[in-house]
This record gives sequence, structure tokens and C-alpha cells, in this order.
Amino acid sequence: MEQLSTLWQPLLDWMNGNDIFTPNTFAMYWTGLTNTVQLVFISLLIGLVLAVPLAIARGSRNQVLRKSIWFYTYLFRGTPLLIQLYLAYYGFAFIPGIQETWLWFFLDDPLYPALLAFTLNTAAYTTEIFHGSIQATPRGEIEAARAYGMSKAKMMRRIVLPSALRRALPAYGNEVIFMLHASAIAFVVSITDLTGAAYYIYARFYAPFAAFLFVAALYMVLSFSIQALFKYLEKRLLAHLKPAR
Amino acid sequence: MLDLHGYGYRLLEGGLLTLELAILSLILAVVLGLVTASAKLSSSIVIRAIAKAYTLVIRGVPDLVLMMLLFYGGQIGINMATDWLYYEFDVDIFVNVDAFVAGVITIGIIFGAYMSETFRGAFMAVDGGLLEAARAYGMRPWTVFRRIRFPLMMRHALPGLSNNWMVLLKTTALVSIIGLSDMVKVAAEATKATHEPFLFMIPVALGYLAISSVSEWCFMKLKARYDVGFGAEGASWNN
Repeated sequence: MEQLSTLWQPLLDWMNGNDIFTPNTFAMYWTGLTNTVQLVFISLLIGLVLAVPLAIARGSRNQVLRKSIWFYTYLFRGTPLLIQLYLAYYGFAFIPGIQETWLWFFLDDPLYPALLAFTLNTAAYTTEIFHGSIQATPRGEIEAARAYGMSKAKMMRRIVLPSALRRALPAYGNEVIFMLHASAIAFVVSITDLTGAAYYIYARFYAPFAAFLFVAALYMVLSFSIQALFKYLEKRLLAHLKPAR
Repeated sequence: MLDLHGYGYRLLEGGLLTLELAILSLILAVVLGLVTASAKLSSSIVIRAIAKAYTLVIRGVPDLVLMMLLFYGGQIGINMATDWLYYEFDVDIFVNVDAFVAGVITIGIIFGAYMSETFRGAFMAVDGGLLEAARAYGMRPWTVFRRIRFPLMMRHALPGLSNNWMVLLKTTALVSIIGLSDMVKVAAEATKATHEPFLFMIPVALGYLAISSVSEWCFMKLKARYDVGFGAEGASWNN
């Protein structure tokens, strides 16, 4: 234990010696990091779960279903996420009388409107990614499945989805990083995410470089870790698509 | 009907600002993208490494963080530089970083990195024999670029270019956060004042959709223009 403290002492001395990187601001950055990761992870997860059935329905024979899902993705992909965030944040809060209902429990915390906007946004992008890769399923695979007498549902579950979702992996990895970067706007609705923490510390100490360069580095670490994870997944799951040597 | 509590005109002005910002940053991004793409294909390791580091950093950092770094940090950085110039050389200059310039520069730098990937692929798709032929005709490097390489490469670059432009257009919304009165900022202000978010946000959303629809049409025309001689619709020389 004593050895540990001698190990930490130089770090503590250094931290005592400066105003900006103090335990207090680190606590702030930590809150920011957890908020960012939480926001991005939950919205990506729900978005992913929503996107699979939406992508299947997006290619259905039913005109109304197909067109309405196309319209949804068109709206959410064609407008800035910031507008969607504002709509989710103010759209509910300004309904007269809503503060007396149970819904206010959720709406009082900006995290939930932000989650709603981010989830719908990423679900729209992911739907299009999956739709594209489902459409690109080789015809032979589908014919083979039919020849085996598989029902449509079974074919989707056993043949189309496993290969389509794998092929969507590179594009989905980009979407994950895009979402991480896009989540930086969460601080405009008073969520202390990483960018919000940086902004607070910038405003408090008037130290833009210390604040923004530090979170930029954090975001970079996060982005490259995600990238490495997807590279690894691609290597494992897309091994069959690699050109033969 | 389109009065919108008196905000109608300001929203229109904001829309104009969004367009200006988007077009100026697109120009900067295309120039940066062309330069960086050329740098990535350069024979010098150092130049290639610089170009690669630039795209890597841009890919890792959110646009908003870069924008705030440039807007809030840029002024301090420039002040330090001008102070130094003043004390060392007695040169007195004052440079003001305003939100518009910071916005154009950041968005330009960010999309320059993305454009460079598009252009790199497009450069590589141009038949080397055509460039050799141009050189054999005695064209200077710049003339080769302007007359041969650029027109041929645009055909391959257009899909990526149009994609980047659509994303860029939506990215301009971020300037409202550093205080520029674009469509989104006006709508957010109006929403806070009148408590009617849908009345203002939906016209703005429609504005973005309208701009992207018009640009889609423009890109279709451009594609037809650069596809001349390649298209299947009988546009070749022998019919």
C-alpha cells in the first residue's frame, strides 16, 4: 500500500500543481464519458433491434409498408440530427399540462428525449444499410433455400439475414463511429456528455486548448477502439468473403 | 400564413446563410480534398504521411469538437501569434475569428478529409495511358490536370462527391451551436420564445429536404455532363 502511494505521489503532485487537470475536472470528464458512452450505446442497441424488422419490411411486397418505411428513413436521413434533437426535446416539453402527467418523469431528464432522437436517427440509417445488404443477397442462395422447401420466414432467418448482416458489418461500423461523433450535440440540451464537460471547463477556465484537445483525444481513442473492434469482427465473420490466396 | 409570428423572414435569411456556408465550405473541401488526394498519391513518404495523419485525425474527432476548438481556441491562438509579432517585430495586426469563418474553415477541413478519399479513388481510376498521351503532346502538369485528369476523374468522383455534399449540408446545422444565425438557430430561438417547436422546426426540416432535392437534380445534370463519351445512350463519337 505504501509503495502504491509513492508510485502515485508524482502524479498527485503534478495534479496539485495545475488548475485545469484537477480531480474535480477529471470527475467532470468522467461523468461526460459515461454519459456519452451510455447515450451512444443504448441508442445504437435499440436502433439495431428496430432496424432489422424495418429493413425486412422495407423490402416487402406491401406498397404501403414499403413506402412508409422509405419515408421514415428519408425524413431522418435528410434532416440534421440537431433538428431531430430539438424536436424531441422541446416537442414534448411544451405540450400544455404534460408536467402533471407521469410522462414528465421521463421528459424532465434531457437524456430521454436525446435517446429518442438518437435512436430514431440511427435506426433510420441502419435500416437503409441492412436493406441494401439484404437486397444484395446472391440470387443463388435464395433459389437454393427455396429448392430446399424453406418457408419465407425460415429462409429469412437461416439464409438471408445471417449473410446480409455480416456483409453489412463494414458500413455498420461507420455508422457506429458516426453516431459517436454525432452524439457531441447532446450538450446543447444540457446533458453533460464529453463535449459538454469540455465546454464547461473551457468556460470555467477560459482554456480552450486544454479542454477541447483533451476530449478530442478521448474521442479519438473511442473511435479507433470501435474501428479496431469492427476490424476484428470483420476478420472473424467475413473470413469467407476474403479473396483466396 | 408564412408569417410564423414574425420569424418567417428571419428563417429565410437563416436559410440563405446555411446555403452560403455550405457552398463556401464545399469549395474549400473540394480544394483541400484534391490537394490531399494528390498528396496521398505522392512519391514522397513524408507528404503521404502528413496526408494520412490529417484524414486519420479528422475521422477520430467529432466535427462539433473541432469546430469549438477552432472557434474558441482559434481566437486565443491568433491573439498569441499577433502579440508575438507585435513584441518581436512591432507589427500590429488584428485578426478576428468570427463564427462564420470558423464554421467554413472547420467544415471545409473536415470534408476535405472525406473528399480526399473520394478523389484518391477517382484519380486512380483514370487510365494512365491518357495522361501519358497528354504529356507526350507537351502539356504542362497543370494543363494535364485541368484538361485530362480532372474531367476524366470527375466521372468517378461524382457519386462520392454528392454523398459528401449531402452530409456536409446537414453538418452546417452545427454552426448554430457556436452562435451563427442559420436556419436552425433562428428556429431554436423562435421555439424558446413562442413554445411552438413544430411550427419552426418542421419548415426548417423541409428547407433541408428541399435543398437536398435540388442538389440531387444538379448532380444528375453534372453526371450526364461528365458521362459524355462513356454513357450507354449513344453519346459516343461514331453515331
